[in-house]
Amino acid sequence: MGCTRSRKYLLKSTVEDLYREQIIERYKNPRFKGVLDPNDITFEDDNPLCGDRIRIDLRVDENEIIREAAFSGQGCSISQASADLLLERIAGKSLDYARALTKEDILEMLGIELGPVRLKCALLSLKVVKAGVYGVPAGQAGDDLVR
Amino acid sequence: MNTQTAVLDTTAIRADFPLLSREVRPGTPLVYLDSTATSQKPIQVIHAMDDYYRRHNANIHRGIHVLAEEATLAYESARERIAAFIGARSAREIIFTRNTTESLNLIAHSWGRANLHRGDMIVLTEMEHHSNLVPWQILAVEREIRLEFIPISAEGRLDLEAYGRLLAEGPRLVSFTHMSNVLGTINPAREMIELAHKAGALAAIDAAQSVPHLPVDVQALDVDFLAFSGHKMCGPTGIGVLYAKEMLLESMPPFLGGGDMIKRVYLRSFVPNELPHKFEAGTPAIAEAIGLGAAVDYLAAIGMDQLAEHEQMLSEYALERLEEVPGVTVLGPPSGERGGVAAFSLAGVHPHDVAEILDQGGIAVRAGHHCAMPLHEKLGLPASTRASFYLYNTIAEIDALVDGLYKVKKVFA
Repeated sequence: MGCTRSRKYLLKSTVEDLYREQIIERYKNPRFKGVLDPNDITFEDDNPLCGDRIRIDLRVDENEIIREAAFSGQGCSISQASADLLLERIAGKSLDYARALTKEDILEMLGIELGPVRLKCALLSLKVVKAGVYGVPAGQAGDDLVR
Repeated sequence: MNTQTAVLDTTAIRADFPLLSREVRPGTPLVYLDSTATSQKPIQVIHAMDDYYRRHNANIHRGIHVLAEEATLAYESARERIAAFIGARSAREIIFTRNTTESLNLIAHSWGRANLHRGDMIVLTEMEHHSNLVPWQILAVEREIRLEFIPISAEGRLDLEAYGRLLAEGPRLVSFTHMSNVLGTINPAREMIELAHKAGALAAIDAAQSVPHLPVDVQALDVDFLAFSGHKMCGPTGIGVLYAKEMLLESMPPFLGGGDMIKRVYLRSFVPNELPHKFEAGTPAIAEAIGLGAAVDYLAAIGMDQLAEHEQMLSEYALERLEEVPGVTVLGPPSGERGGVAAFSLAGVHPHDVAEILDQGGIAVRAGHHCAMPLHEKLGLPASTRASFYLYNTIAEIDALVDGLYKVKKVFA
């Protein structure tokens, strides 16, 4: 919590920071966009405030290693880029690794400071991954997953 | 540049709004294009509330002392000026609430519960704000009543033929927005109310966007219920109004129970107070009511006809300029049929990104579904970006918006 608090009072990033090349590049040319069918884990959720919607599909082997990952849906550059970066990060890793990821990991990957509204965009994909991995029933993914 | 003659002296008006002169960040002036969400407040409103707290603060309707008398007088005088502002027959028809949402809930809760029974029907529209949907949805489940919706065309107009067919089914109430907070569409309220009455239905209007922006006369409209908020019309938050015909208010049961709404209380029963107090339980938002009184004085002095004309001019100019930006699609009907709201999409860029980049240039717009999720669903959009205009906005600010959009396009090029 301490970390969030200090972040909230920082000055907002400039356009140049916020829309770093990495984010725009990932938004325009995502590497993990698509649908995996069949899959071992799939989960979908939205952020009704802004209309962002993300579905994540994972293929997991018998050792609980994520072999393939894909996301689909629509949303702003922050939500789409963070989904793409997140999947790149967990592909080839264990489910336990995915479970252990936090809000701070996402912010570190994005490399920007975000206000409370955009934070929801950035964290949607992590929420969806965790809800899928933990087997949360559809529609019941809460913000506690990404606190 | 637009060469139309100015209707309002925006330089003088802007000088009344202290917030408009602030910088968003050092060196970045504010371009406030989000008045549909909430308007800024003129110094006259701020002073009225400040003066109340500094000199007159007391509880109303009971005290004998000077302060209580002054506070009561100020509160009731605000009610009278608000009644005059919308052309009500008397101040007894003006119920203070917190906002439009509470006003609409009051209708559903009090009139709806007393009058609607299983199988009854209410007609709403597809362009409603959540505040004119959810109270009826709650009531529909509780009372097993039916909700039907007037569909909208691709250009964001109500389908009045479909409305005629719905009226033929004998609804008890028609409740619709006077002006869409997304599309800007100004609905033909007078005609729709007349048709509702002919079909034996009452008519309620969500006037959250019309009372602040258009001349509204409840007697000319012959509307039964009309709801609006103070904060969208230069007044403070926490104060709204439900107008209803006196006869209806007399027949309706109280909404919330407590102090001030009673004439007499026994251990097991009560006698409700007279109008309008019957619907105002507990200590009301006194300073806010006084602030709203000052806001209607301010708007009346400027003139609602002139204000509407100014916004019409801004709206026409904005539509023209926005449509010349490649990739921009403006939602809603053509100018002439709409108020000072321009919601749009920009191809390939999510509204959040649009709003964020505009904000970096000090331009405040709204991004999202603007509390109209079913409407966005119908339009096939997850969200939109909305610029909205008020008496203090200028042509130069619309130019700044368009320049900002080119910057957005550059970032996403």
